[in-house]
Amino acid sequence: MSRITVIVDGVSYTDEVEPRTLLVHYLRETVGKTGTVVGCDTSNCGACTVHLDGTSVKSCNVLAVQADGHEVTTIEGLAQNGELHPVQKAFHECHALQCGYCTPGMIMQACDVLKNNPDPSEQEIREGLEGNLCRCTGYHNIVKAVQQAAGELSSQAVSS
Amino acid sequence: MIPAQFDYIAPSSVEEAIRALAEHGDDAKVLAGGQSLLPILRMRLNAPGVVIDLGRIGELQGITEEGDTLVIGAMTTYAAVLASEAVGTHAALLSKAIQTVADPQIRHRGTIGGALVHADPAGDVGAPALALGAEFVIAGPGGSSRTVAGDDFFEDLFTTAVGEGELLTHIRVPKHTGWGAHYEKFVRVSHQWSIVGIAATVRSEGGSIAEARVGLTNMGSTPLRAKAVEEALVGKPATDEAVRAAVASVAEGTNPPSDLNGDSDYRKHLATVLTRRAVLAAAGA
Repeated sequence: MSRITVIVDGVSYTDEVEPRTLLVHYLRETVGKTGTVVGCDTSNCGACTVHLDGTSVKSCNVLAVQADGHEVTTIEGLAQNGELHPVQKAFHECHALQCGYCTPGMIMQACDVLKNNPDPSEQEIREGLEGNLCRCTGYHNIVKAVQQAAGELSSQAVSS
Repeated sequence: MIPAQFDYIAPSSVEEAIRALAEHGDDAKVLAGGQSLLPILRMRLNAPGVVIDLGRIGELQGITEEGDTLVIGAMTTYAAVLASEAVGTHAALLSKAIQTVADPQIRHRGTIGGALVHADPAGDVGAPALALGAEFVIAGPGGSSRTVAGDDFFEDLFTTAVGEGELLTHIRVPKHTGWGAHYEKFVRVSHQWSIVGIAATVRSEGGSIAEARVGLTNMGSTPLRAKAVEEALVGKPATDEAVRAAVASVAEGTNPPSDLNGDSDYRKHLATVLTRRAVLAAAGA
């Protein structure tokens, strides 16, 4: 067993884990962050996407021990003071989901896209989300939601 | 699925990592960015007793310039290579190829050295590295270090010159400042290994090709460099007709695989088409 200390959604956790434990399983089963889901188990689908030190990763493709000393943000850490994050709000308003299974990863990756490129074109959004699969929506409303969130985030940045 | 059990070692220096390799020998696997190794462990295609994680070794990360050479640490992520202005300016071919690797999340974790040593013939980093004349710096026991030329690095499927007890520490890429570059990758869906990929970089002079370098992905058990085509392109105008003729023999002597995506002959045909496209795009035509 290895002892790791990881900050998850702003709270520090210290746990004993087997080195083979995947970060996604640590988040779900030890920390209880079940908002992050396992989709494909082959690192294709992106449903398990979280931020590691502020950058998107597929948490089924990272060992928990690799996150030792680092900071993880999951879908559960996005809302602040009960207020949905603008990307979450836009997914809700644009109906950017049907079954919802891909949504946690899709939103985390959309946040990463917007962090690096606050005003992406439709093509840039589609390419930014290419590692996240959705089998319901045809992506159309997901792209619309990211566009709406980009608008809201940039107007927030102007007014603050 | 989850990996079989293993012990985990995270050395903080190359020296420590080499010592760990010497101690555990065959039973150890080296973990770089993990974007190929972790799926392999999860699917239980391999079950090492010990995993040696290079992620805590600072000296293996980053990009520096030494005169006419870019020195890229083996643990530099794809994302860091893409963000590097120096690579974009002096080795644009590498950036163009890496843009096509997997997806953003994988590029945040995956490393250039991990991909090179993994040596998947369908991987997109080997061909541009060969085309750019990269050299490979390999550390061994007792602080030793040797440099291997591109032509000698890739030995076979998933096999490189990095021997037992050794680590790739850096690659040295000669600057190709002002060269046009293009990576032409043929896939059925965006998120796929190359069926065939062609890396081309060209120095143009007054509408003609002064020098060209061409690397081939998935046209054999290793990445290949098409030296005969490079020579045939010298002095040719960057026109469809001239380039078509110069690259017609690109698949000669290659032995590409046959699989569900296409048989060997199909890949040979693809290579000629894609090489023409890649060279013309690199020449800005």
